[in-house]
Amino acid sequence: MHPIRKKRLTIVLVLLVGISLAVGLITYALRQNINLFYDPTQIASGEAPLDARIRAGGMVEEGSVIRDPNSLKVEFRITDFNRSVPVEYTGILPDLFAEGQGVVAMGRLTPEGRFVADQVLAKHDENYMPPEVAEALEKSSGGQHKAGGMASPVVTQ
Amino acid sequence: MFPELGQIALIIALLLAVLLSVVPLVGSLTGRDNLQAFARPLASGLFVFIGLAFALLTHAFLTDDFSVAYVANNSNSLLPWYFKFSAVWGGHEGSLLLWILMLSTWTLAVAIFSRRLPSVMISQVLSVLGMVAVGFLLFIIVTSNPFDRLLPNVPVDGADLNPLLQDVGLIMHPPMLYMGYVGFSVAFAFAIAALINGRLDAAWARWSRPWTTVAWAFLSVGIALGSWWAYYELGWGGWWFWDPVENASLMPWLSGTALMHSLAVTEKRGVFKSWTVLLAIVTFALSLLGTFLVRSGVLTSVHAFASDPERGTFLLMLLAVTVFASLALYAFRAPVVHVRSRYGALSREVFLLLNNILLVAATLLVAIGTLYPLVLDYLELGKLSIGEPFFNLTFSPLAVATGLLLGAGIFSRWKKTDGGWLGRTLLWPLAISVVVSAAVMVGYGGFRPWAFAGVFTASWVAVATGWDLWLKSASRQGRVAGLRRLSRSYWGMVLGHLGLAMTIAGATVVSNYGIERDVRMMPGDVASVGDYQFVFTDIGERQGPNFTAQYAGFDVLLDGDKIAELHPEKRQYRVGMSVMTEADIDAGLFRDLFVAIGERLSEDAWAIRLQYKPLVRWLWLGALVMAIGGFLAIADRRYRIRETAREPRPVADAPKGGAEVLS
Repeated sequence: MHPIRKKRLTIVLVLLVGISLAVGLITYALRQNINLFYDPTQIASGEAPLDARIRAGGMVEEGSVIRDPNSLKVEFRITDFNRSVPVEYTGILPDLFAEGQGVVAMGRLTPEGRFVADQVLAKHDENYMPPEVAEALEKSSGGQHKAGGMASPVVTQ
Repeated sequence: MFPELGQIALIIALLLAVLLSVVPLVGSLTGRDNLQAFARPLASGLFVFIGLAFALLTHAFLTDDFSVAYVANNSNSLLPWYFKFSAVWGGHEGSLLLWILMLSTWTLAVAIFSRRLPSVMISQVLSVLGMVAVGFLLFIIVTSNPFDRLLPNVPVDGADLNPLLQDVGLIMHPPMLYMGYVGFSVAFAFAIAALINGRLDAAWARWSRPWTTVAWAFLSVGIALGSWWAYYELGWGGWWFWDPVENASLMPWLSGTALMHSLAVTEKRGVFKSWTVLLAIVTFALSLLGTFLVRSGVLTSVHAFASDPERGTFLLMLLAVTVFASLALYAFRAPVVHVRSRYGALSREVFLLLNNILLVAATLLVAIGTLYPLVLDYLELGKLSIGEPFFNLTFSPLAVATGLLLGAGIFSRWKKTDGGWLGRTLLWPLAISVVVSAAVMVGYGGFRPWAFAGVFTASWVAVATGWDLWLKSASRQGRVAGLRRLSRSYWGMVLGHLGLAMTIAGATVVSNYGIERDVRMMPGDVASVGDYQFVFTDIGERQGPNFTAQYAGFDVLLDGDKIAELHPEKRQYRVGMSVMTEADIDAGLFRDLFVAIGERLSEDAWAIRLQYKPLVRWLWLGALVMAIGGFLAIADRRYRIRETAREPRPVADAPKGGAEVLS
C-alpha cells in the first residue's frame, strides 16, 4: 500500500476504535446510572421499580419526622397530598430540610414499600421548590396547588 | 439620576457595538482604510461606556440605592462593603453586565496589543467581537436591565444577598470564570476573521495562541475557585458534583485545552487548520451554551437566578445564531486544499491529534451527560438525572488515557520519532512511576485499581515532564545555563503539565483515601477519623454583622497531641432567615481536617460531619500551577518580536484589502 494511504488508514482505524470504545462506555455507563424520578402516588401504587436506584420527591408530611435517639437515623413521610411514602435515611439532612418543605431523595425502594434514601436534597432557598416536586404536586391536585404558593417561606427551626 | 445615566451608557454602548460590528468589517472587505481606522476608537469607546455603566451600578450598591430593583433584590444595608461590591454580580442582571464588561475588556486588549497585525485582520477581529457585544447588550437591555427602578414605592431595605454568596470565593469566582468564558470569544473572532479573508495560516495560529492560552488560564482558575468554594461553603466537603452548572464550565475548558494544543500544531507545522478553526468555534459555542445553561433557569441551582422564559429563549436564539452563522461560514470557507505535509505515525503531530481526540471525546461525554436529561425533560419523555457514577466511570478512563499519552508525547518530535529511542527514554519514567504509585498505595494503606491508575498517571506525567526538562537543559555551559536557555513557552508547558499531574494526584487520592464520618455528638464526645481524634468541646452562640451563629469548638488530637482547634458554625441570617453551614477546616499541603455541624438532634446532641481529606489542596494548587504555566507561555519572547519578520509565507494571497501593517 502507498505509505500515505497506509498512514491515513491507521488514523481512521484509531479514530474508529476510539469512537466505538467511547460509545460503548457511554451506553454501558448510562444504562447503569440513569435515575428516574417518581412521585409518591406512583411509588405507592407500585409503578416504581424495586431493583434500581431512583429519585423520589414530595413534601415532607407535617409531624412525620421521627429521629432515632442514638444515631443519625431519621424517618419521615413524603407526600403529594394524594398518597404518601415512608422514607428512611441515615446521615445529615440538609439545612433547609423541614416539615412542610419540598425534598428530593435518592435511593432504593424495599419490597415493603419503604424508600431507603442515601441522599436527601432540599431547596436552595425559601423560594425554590425542586421542579419535579412542584410538578408532582400540581399533577396530584389537578393544578390547585400552585408551586409558588406551596413554597411559602416558613423555616421551622 | 445615576441609574438612568447607567441605562443611557448601556444604550450608547449598544450603538457603538453596532458601529463596531459593521464599519471596520465593511472597510476591510472594500479595502477602505478610513473605515478600518474606526475599529480601535470604537473598541475603546465600547469599553468606556460599559465600564461607566458598571461603575454606576457599583455606586448604586455601595450607596444602598434600593430604588433600583436589582440592588433591592440582592443587597442589604447590613452587608459589609466588600459584599455589597461583590453583590454587583450576585444576581442575573449584574452578572450579565460583568460578562459584557469582560467582553469589552478583551476587545480593548485586542485593540491595544495587536498593533503588529495586518489592519484587515484586526478590523475583522474587532468587528466580530462587536457582533458578540451587540447580542449581549441587546439581551441585557431588552430582558435584564439592571437599572430598573422600584418607583415610587422604594423599599426601606434590601432583600439581602443570598448567604451562600456572602463569601470571598464569590468575589473572585465569577470574574475569573467569565474572563475565561469570554476570552474564548477572541479565539473565535480570530477564527471567523481568518475564514472571512481566507487566511488560515501559521501567522493566524500564532496570533490566536496567546489569547487562547490566557482565556484558558483564567478559566482554569475560575473553575478551581468554584470547586474550592463549593468545598468549604456548600458542599459539605465535596469538591466536584458533576452538577450541570459545573459541567457547563468544564466543557469549554476541555475543548479549549484541545484548541490550545491544536493551535500549536497549526502554527508549527501548518496542518490541522480546518480542525483548529472548528475547535475555536465549538469552544466559544460551548462558552455560550454554558452561559445559557447557567443563566436561563433551565437548571435549578445557586447559579440560576432567572426563571423568566423570555430570557432563556433570547439566550438560546443568540446561541443558535452564533453557531449556525459560524458553521455556515465554516462550510463555505474552510480550506479544501490538502496540505502536503508529511508526518509519521509516531510524530508529535499524531500524539497531539490523539490528545485532541481524547479531549473532544471527554467534552462530548460531559455534554451528553449534561444535556440528555434536559432534552428528555423538554420533550416530555420523562424526568431523570444522570448521577456522578456515570461521569466517574466514563471520564476517568479518558483522563488516564490522556495522561499516559501525554507522558509519551512530551518526548516525541515533529514529523518523526524513532520508536526504539522513545521506548528506551520512557523506561525510566515507567520504572519511577511504578515505584511511586506502589509507595503511595502502601502509604495510604490499601491497593485499589483506580487509585493505582490515577496515581500512576499523575506520576507518569510529572516524571516524564521532569525527565524531558533534564534532557532539554543539557548544555556545554552547565546545567544552569541550559535551564536558562529554555524558552518561556517551554517552561509554560512544563508547569501546565505538572499542574495537571498535581490535579490528577489530588483528585485520585482524596476520592480513594478520604474518610468521611457523620456522627451524633454531644459536647465532651470524642470521635475518631483515621488516626485523628475529634473532641467536641463546647457549643455556644455568636453574633456576626448580619447573622447569629451556633458556634462550636473542636479539638483535634493526633497521637494524644492537640494539633488543631476548629470552630464550625451554623449561621442564621437575619434578613432572609436562611440557615447556612460554615465548616471549619484545618488546611494542610498533605491533608485537610474538616468539621461541619448539621442539625440539632436534641437539646444537646448534634449531627456532626468529620472528614479527613488527603491531598485535597493539590486539586486547586494544580489548577493554579496550570494557569501560571499559561501566563508564562504568553510571556514568551517570540510573541513580542515583529510578526512580519517571521512570516512563513507571503501574505499576498489575502483577498482584496491587502495586508498593510497599521503601526
